[in-house]
Amino acid sequence: MIEIKNISKTFLTAENEVQALKGITLTVNDGEIYGIIGMSGAGKSTLVRCINMLEKPSSGTIVINGKDMTALNEKELRAARSKISMIFQSFNLLMQRNCLKNVCFPLELQGMKKADAVKRAKELLELVGLPDKAKSYPSQLSGGQQQRVAIARALATDPDVLLCDEATSALDPKTTSDILDLITDINRRLGITVIVITHQMSVVERICSRVAILDNGIVAEEGKVTDIFTRPHSDTAKRLVFPDDPGIVTEDEKERLVRAVFDGRTSADSPLIAQMAISQNIIANIRSASTKTISGKLYGSMILALPDDDEIVRRAVEYLNSQNVITEVL
Amino acid sequence: MPENNAWAEALEILKNDMPLALWETFYVTVVSTFFAFVIGMPLGILLVAGEKNGVLPLPAWLMKTLNVIINLLRSVPFIILMIMVFPVTRLIVGTTVGTVASIVPLVIAAFPFVARLVESSIRETDRGVIEAAQSMGASPFKIIVKVMVPECVPSLVSNATIAITTILGYTAMSGIIGGGGLGKIAINYGYYRYKYLVMLFAVVIHVLLVQLFQGIGTRLAIKCDKRIKH
Ligand SMILES: Nc1ncnc2c1ncn2[C@@H]1O[C@H](COP(=O)(O)OP(=O)(O)OP(=O)(O)O)[C@@H](O)[C@H]1O
Ligand SMILES: [Mg+2]
Repeated sequence: MIEIKNISKTFLTAENEVQALKGITLTVNDGEIYGIIGMSGAGKSTLVRCINMLEKPSSGTIVINGKDMTALNEKELRAARSKISMIFQSFNLLMQRNCLKNVCFPLELQGMKKADAVKRAKELLELVGLPDKAKSYPSQLSGGQQQRVAIARALATDPDVLLCDEATSALDPKTTSDILDLITDINRRLGITVIVITHQMSVVERICSRVAILDNGIVAEEGKVTDIFTRPHSDTAKRLVFPDDPGIVTEDEKERLVRAVFDGRTSADSPLIAQMAISQNIIANIRSASTKTISGKLYGSMILALPDDDEIVRRAVEYLNSQNVITEVL
Repeated sequence: MPENNAWAEALEILKNDMPLALWETFYVTVVSTFFAFVIGMPLGILLVAGEKNGVLPLPAWLMKTLNVIINLLRSVPFIILMIMVFPVTRLIVGTTVGTVASIVPLVIAAFPFVARLVESSIRETDRGVIEAAQSMGASPFKIIVKVMVPECVPSLVSNATIAITTILGYTAMSGIIGGGGLGKIAINYGYYRYKYLVMLFAVVIHVLLVQLFQGIGTRLAIKCDKRIKH
């Protein structure tokens, strides 16, 4: 378990003070994939770097599996770090070493015998799907392949925790999806706790069970991904969950906008809007929709345009609610 | 024919003196470069690692002192430094003249220069890679030996080439205090005995040597850089 307790971090620069984190408290359970999302500059990287003490928090404590990271001396910290691996947006592989030797690197640091290290590194390259790239240098690999090598390297020391700081931000959508699958697979198979830092909602949606939304150094909202995706409360969360809301006011005076949120209780193939037209005689226009189907269930949201009539809006909302759709009149 | 005579004489002198001079220049250069790196390399690394944000922060006063000493040594012209360090040379070699004695001032002149070259190479290490190593629990020493130096090898080779060609130039000057080599031939025949042709030859050979070292160095630096797709 990772307990982040009231962490603050203030950077002193030549001109001013930057309060990057202002009292963050979070708990990450063993074996879960936890997302930390926020806009650029929200403090995500600073927070994750505080977890392995690459950045010393100005105040607060980080307790990992009962061990207070802020109280360790240099040597103890180095030992603790070998169980908390990290992967990065820019992969950060050793460019002058081939892939096999990159994966061997953390084992070398631990003083493992060369033959054993090579054997383990080969297994790991196999695990990440790159058994034939052992002798290649990072510069000869694509971004996605480099990140796979970085993941193999991160797993070499049998860590309890894997920290991912924007690990897929430099990759195209297909590669991103492959890497996310790999991370999920590792989490399931090895039971490693994963913390995923990202600014992409799609990443959180796809692999995280819980998420914290960071805004300007504070936790704006925290909880189960499904809850936050269907009922965001804070403005920051709303902006992230519904990025293309047309805004509260509609341009057309003669219509009213209603947000319909699907949280997986609706079957993907029930023609809800058509049904509403037939059974309720209410014609709704779909203004925007960002929904997706996960195992046959519908997730996401739609903006519906209804006639400017209180009675019709009321009935539409009633109907939608009866169909397990969460609504918000905008 | 006086012209032909001058040519014949010059060739005769070269045939007698050149093999030894070449050898002396070569080994003085290599030995001096070696010792200049033995001293300059750790200093150059410290100049980067010891900074406030480095992997092994050292006290500010120590860094300051180090920088001042290096700058001071760098700003003394070699020809003066050679004479200034006579006592040190006598202490180490027992004499202040001769080829071996010339190695001492060469090393003293070259190591601060090498320290700066190494500093600029090591500074190129990607911060992200250092951070990755730190996140794995690498000690500052391990980061230096296993990350910073190996990642900078191509740049270090390029800079070693600059060092060796510069030191080659210095060896010529050490001909003045009796150091052997191409410089001695150029000075003894060209300056003291007006045999310009001999001097010219010595200079040409010196230029060729520089070209040779530079050529090998550049090729090596490219060859060992794994970031370049061969
Ligand atoms: N070493 C530092 N010195 C001074 N200020 C810093 C330092 N590191 C981060 N900051 C500041 O702290 C704030 C949070 O930065 P951080 O890198 O954690 O943001 P982030 O959420 O990771 O953003 P991004 O999505 O762009 O990576 C920013 O205002 C940044 O300028
Ligand atoms: Mg960041």
